[in-house]
Amino acid sequence: MGSGANVCPLSMGAPRRRRDDPRMCGIAGFFAKTEAAEARLGDCVADMLEQLAGRGPDSAGVAVYRDPLPAGATKLSLLDPSGVVRDWSRFGDVLDDRGDQAVVSVAADPVHARVAALARDPGILVLSTGTTIETIKRAGPPDGLIADAGLRAMRGTHAIGHTRMATESRVSTEHSHPFSTGADLCLVHNGSLSNHNRLRRELRRHGVAFQTDNDSEVAAGYLTWRLEQGDDLQTALHGALRALDGFFTFAVGTRDGFAVLRDPIACKPAVLAETSDWVAMASEHRALAVLPGAGDADVWEPEPARVYAWSREVVAA
Amino acid sequence: MRLATEAPAATTVDLATASVRELNRALHAAADGARYLVVHPAGRHAIAAGLNAAIDVEVEGSTGYYCAGMNQHATVRVRGTCGVGVAENMMSGRVEIAHNAGQSAAATAHGGLLVVGGDAAARCAISLKGADVVVAGSVGHASAFMAQSGRLVVCGDAGHGLGDSIYEARLYVAGTVASLGADCVEKELRAEHLDELADLLVTAGIDAAPAGFRRFGSARELYHFRPHTAPRTAHG
Repeated sequence: MGSGANVCPLSMGAPRRRRDDPRMCGIAGFFAKTEAAEARLGDCVADMLEQLAGRGPDSAGVAVYRDPLPAGATKLSLLDPSGVVRDWSRFGDVLDDRGDQAVVSVAADPVHARVAALARDPGILVLSTGTTIETIKRAGPPDGLIADAGLRAMRGTHAIGHTRMATESRVSTEHSHPFSTGADLCLVHNGSLSNHNRLRRELRRHGVAFQTDNDSEVAAGYLTWRLEQGDDLQTALHGALRALDGFFTFAVGTRDGFAVLRDPIACKPAVLAETSDWVAMASEHRALAVLPGAGDADVWEPEPARVYAWSREVVAA
Repeated sequence: MRLATEAPAATTVDLATASVRELNRALHAAADGARYLVVHPAGRHAIAAGLNAAIDVEVEGSTGYYCAGMNQHATVRVRGTCGVGVAENMMSGRVEIAHNAGQSAAATAHGGLLVVGGDAAARCAISLKGADVVVAGSVGHASAFMAQSGRLVVCGDAGHGLGDSIYEARLYVAGTVASLGADCVEKELRAEHLDELADLLVTAGIDAAPAGFRRFGSARELYHFRPHTAPRTAHG
C-alpha cells in the first residue's frame, strides 16, 4: 500500500490517504427532493465520492439521472475497455464525449439501442441504457473521475456512486460499479456474493446478458430479470434476499428514485441521512457529513433485510 | 479561604484543520481534570479513542467508527450520532451519544457506562464484559450476543435474536422483543432488579419507570461449567 507519507489535502473535505483507512468498497446514493438540491447534485455526489476514496482506491463509478430524453429515444453510456479514444458520433448523437467513453442518444428503444451499438462494434461496453441515466467509470481514485466527467457541474434528480476495492475480479474500468442490465436501472454493491457464478449461468438461461465476471453485475442482472417478469422493485429486492448468497449493502438506482437494501446479517456498513432537501446513503457517515444541512439531518442505520426506497412520485405527492 | 476551583476552560480542537491523530495525541497527554471541545468532527473515525485519564471531551457533531474506543476513566459526550463500535472495549468512564448510535455499540466493553440518547443499531453490547449500556431508544438484531457480564437497558424495542448465547449479563427491555436468541429467556423482575434498573436509569439521566421493563438473561442450558457468581438453578 505504499509508504506512510501522506499527501496533504488541498481542500477541506479531501481525505488523507492513510494506511489504516478502512479499505472495502464505498457506496453512495443521493436523491434530491427539491430544485435547490437538484442544482447541487453533482457537487454533492463528488464530495461524497471523495470521502469514500479511502474505502476504494482502485476505481470509481457514478450513475447520474439527468436531462431526460423524450419518449422513443434512448441514452447509451458507452466505454471502450481498452482505453482507446473513439469516434462516438458513429453510435448516435453525442451528448458527452470523454475520449474512451461517451454518452450518446439514439432514436430507438433501450433493447434495440443496445443491440445496435454492440453490433456496430462488439468490442465496446454498454454501461447503461435508459431515458435519463448516464454512467461514467474511471480506474483510479475518484478525483480522476470527478475531473474527467465534470461531475461538479452536473445537475440532476438522483445519483448512485461507488469507489472500489477489487475483491472478486480484476481492477479495471469496466469492473467498476454501477452495473446496469436494464433500462434506467443500476446497482452499486459493498460486499461480495458467493453464488454469483451459478446465478449468472441461470440468469443467462433466462436471457440476461453480462459483460463482465463481476459478482455485483449478477445482482444487477437478477433485479433486471425480476422486473422484466413483472415484479415491482420492492418484490424484486425481497427476492434478492433469497436468491443471493453473500454479504451486501446495495444502493439501487431506478428512473424515478433509489433504494437501499442490506443482507439479513448486515455486516457491510450503511448509514442513511435525510433532510427536507435530500435523502442520502453512504458506507460511512463522513460521506454524509459533507452534504449541505447534514448537521440537522435525521441520521440512522438501515435495518437488515428491509427495503428503503424513495421515488419522485412519492416525494411529489 | 479558597473557594472550590472552577473547572478549567476547555481546549478547543478543530478537526477541519487538525487531524484525528493530533487530537488523540493531545488527549492522551492530558492530565486528570482537563476539558476538551472537539468541533467539526464530520464523521471521522476513532475520535477520542484510547483515552486513559479522567478528562472531559465534548464532541460537537457526529462521528464515524470506534468513537471513544478503549475508553478508560474519561467522559466523552457526542452531540450527534456515532458510527460502528462506539466505546468498544471501554474499561471505565462514561460515554454519551445524544442521538443514534451505529452497530456494535459498547462491543466487548469491560466497564464504565455508555448512554445512547437515540437508537442503537444491530449487535448493541455484543460480547459485553462488565460495562453498562443504557439506550433511550431501540436496539437492532443480535444485541447482547454472547454478553458475558454487565447490564443492558433498552427503553424502546429490541430486534431479533436478543441475548443469543448470553452468559451472565442482565438485560432489561421496556418495549417489544422481536425474538430471543439461543438460551435467552425472560426472567422474573424482583425487587433487587427494580433497584438495579432504577439506579442505572438515574445514573444515565434517562426518565423511565423501572416497573415497565422486563428482564432477560441466560437459561444456562448451553454451557457446562458452573458460573461462580450464580446459583445452580435453571432460571436464576
